[in-house]
Amino acid sequence: MNRILKHRLFWPVVVLVALLLLNLVFTDGFFRIQMREGHLYGSLIDIFRFGAPLILVATGMTLVIATSGIDLSVGSVVAIAGALACMQISDLSDQNSVSGVLTAVGVALALSVVLGLWNGFLVAGIGIQPIIATLILMVAGRGLAQLITDGQITTVNSAPYKLIGGGYWLTLPFGIIIVAVVLALTAFLTRRLALGLLIESVGGNAEASRLAGISARGVLMTVYAFCALCAGIAGLMISSNVSSADGNNAGLWIELDAILAVVIGGTPLSGGRFSLSGTVLGALIIQTLTTTIYSIGVPPETTLLFKALVVTIVCLIQSPAFRAKVFHRRRRPIEARPATEEKVRVSA
Amino acid sequence: MTSITGLPGLRRVVPQKYVPVLVTACLFVAMFVAGGVRYDNFATGQIILNVFIDNAFLLVVAVGMTFVILTGGIDLSVGSVVALATMVSASLLKDGWPAYAVIALVLVIGATLGLGMGAIIHYFEIQPFIVTLAGMFLARGLCYTISTDSIPIENETFTAIAQTRINLGGDLSLSPSAVISIVVVLIAAYMLHYTRLGRNVYATGGSEQSALLMGLPVARTKIAVYTISGFCSALGGLLFAFYSLSGYGLSAVGMELDAIAAVVIGGTLLTGGSGYLAGTVLGVLVLGLIQTIISFEGTLSSWWTKIFIGVLLFAFILLQRVFSAGSRRGAH
Repeated sequence: MNRILKHRLFWPVVVLVALLLLNLVFTDGFFRIQMREGHLYGSLIDIFRFGAPLILVATGMTLVIATSGIDLSVGSVVAIAGALACMQISDLSDQNSVSGVLTAVGVALALSVVLGLWNGFLVAGIGIQPIIATLILMVAGRGLAQLITDGQITTVNSAPYKLIGGGYWLTLPFGIIIVAVVLALTAFLTRRLALGLLIESVGGNAEASRLAGISARGVLMTVYAFCALCAGIAGLMISSNVSSADGNNAGLWIELDAILAVVIGGTPLSGGRFSLSGTVLGALIIQTLTTTIYSIGVPPETTLLFKALVVTIVCLIQSPAFRAKVFHRRRRPIEARPATEEKVRVSA
Repeated sequence: MTSITGLPGLRRVVPQKYVPVLVTACLFVAMFVAGGVRYDNFATGQIILNVFIDNAFLLVVAVGMTFVILTGGIDLSVGSVVALATMVSASLLKDGWPAYAVIALVLVIGATLGLGMGAIIHYFEIQPFIVTLAGMFLARGLCYTISTDSIPIENETFTAIAQTRINLGGDLSLSPSAVISIVVVLIAAYMLHYTRLGRNVYATGGSEQSALLMGLPVARTKIAVYTISGFCSALGGLLFAFYSLSGYGLSAVGMELDAIAAVVIGGTLLTGGSGYLAGTVLGVLVLGLIQTIISFEGTLSSWWTKIFIGVLLFAFILLQRVFSAGSRRGAH
């Protein structure tokens, strides 16, 4: 029992289950999943489907945070990727041509990777603090996205493009399949190969890992590029779901939700270790929260209040200092303390 | 970037700690001169005063942000608190509250929010980023709970403050809001450089561990800076209400980024412990001047502002990097 209580995913799971049970009380048949016209329908599927972009962005963010970095620019990359893809598709003579859409998607994702490499270059090459390095692209990127769409909301009418965010494949929403593939690939690369270990060692101490023969620079570049790629895919999903690109509002504040998902999932902002499953749980908690707000009839105006409340509670429960002070439990061994203080300073 | 070659000489004349602020000042002058050469009616004193008038609220918010960043923290809630201040004052004024009671209440609300966030950050050891993010949601949520629509302000005191222009002689004039913001800057500069609190702020930002070992009141300092930031945001919100004469839950979205950008362009390090309020003032002026130039240009669309700010941020951070690499090799 004690071991279960101490497991780092214990509290996120408790919160998620509590939210789901709350839904069950307020909505009949919340857990029912049915087959309609060969597609799976149900509230649980919807949580996954609408949460897919957030899960993707949060996955990339997890790896960045594991290197004790942070990427504030993902929201802008989401907007840029969607804008670029939509602009190219709207220029096609036949918007339903598969090759045209594939080219557009490829170009958008390639640009995302380039933007990620730029972030990585600033952080690893020049040695700028990640929070400022990515702040640059966060501010300028919104402008770039609007520049691409010329400040307009560009709409497209393309069946192949619609598939990415709104279509179904093998009875499942296509977005869920993309997320599953990306997650499986990430888990394989980081947990079956050495990449995860390298990321954690760079996050723990970049200088020490460089002396140990790890190319910290290469690892950082890879991680930021990967994060931007994830954000790019999420951007395609979001813009494809509504068949339009909005440079100003697409992916607005998704970086904050993604960072929140990572933190709720138990990955510390100070880096050095990470939990992909925790991040997925965190993203699902945030998405379930949104669903819950609608299903239990909280007026939409107070959505953010409710969110603030839950975020505060989740973070407080996870804070060792809070638990020690409130539950009068014995403090963890003293070694944990200086480390946390160091964290606060560096990560902020 | 050409100025880098002349640095060794410059460094001997000016102490190195002032260089980032000086660079920002040079940039401001250069932009002003370039604008004056390019456009008619640009190089007047009123243009600079207008930048103060149009950005009084941002200046006050950025002052609060400077305190927080100097301790090595960050406050993401400022934009939402600004919006909350406009909403609370607009709705209370509509209910017939006296203007001065509203102003006092709004300032207390802002300071209390900051105090609460500071206390959570310090006592429960949760990252400032996350706590102030929750604060941002909370304040924005409170705005929408009050009303989702824009509420006009028709109170006489508020409209009087909004319309008054203080004549400075010649063709120059300032708004009361701009005067308030300048007073706030002066008080804050005094606090930072001539009081014990200011010393503690720099010490905590330099190294929290050392400050603690030296017996400085780290807890009080950290909580104080978030309270100051909350207070400044609320005051900024009031100035914004004077400026726009309405309360709206969606106003000041992203202002936290502008404030952070102003502080960074002003040469303050985000790691804390190093920076000056004068830099922040110049940072706000540079941001304001960019907007003025873009409006003078006329053909440039508004998104170019964001791109320019991004480019400037990059240039300044690179410059800071060059300086810090020159003085302390290997220091991160």
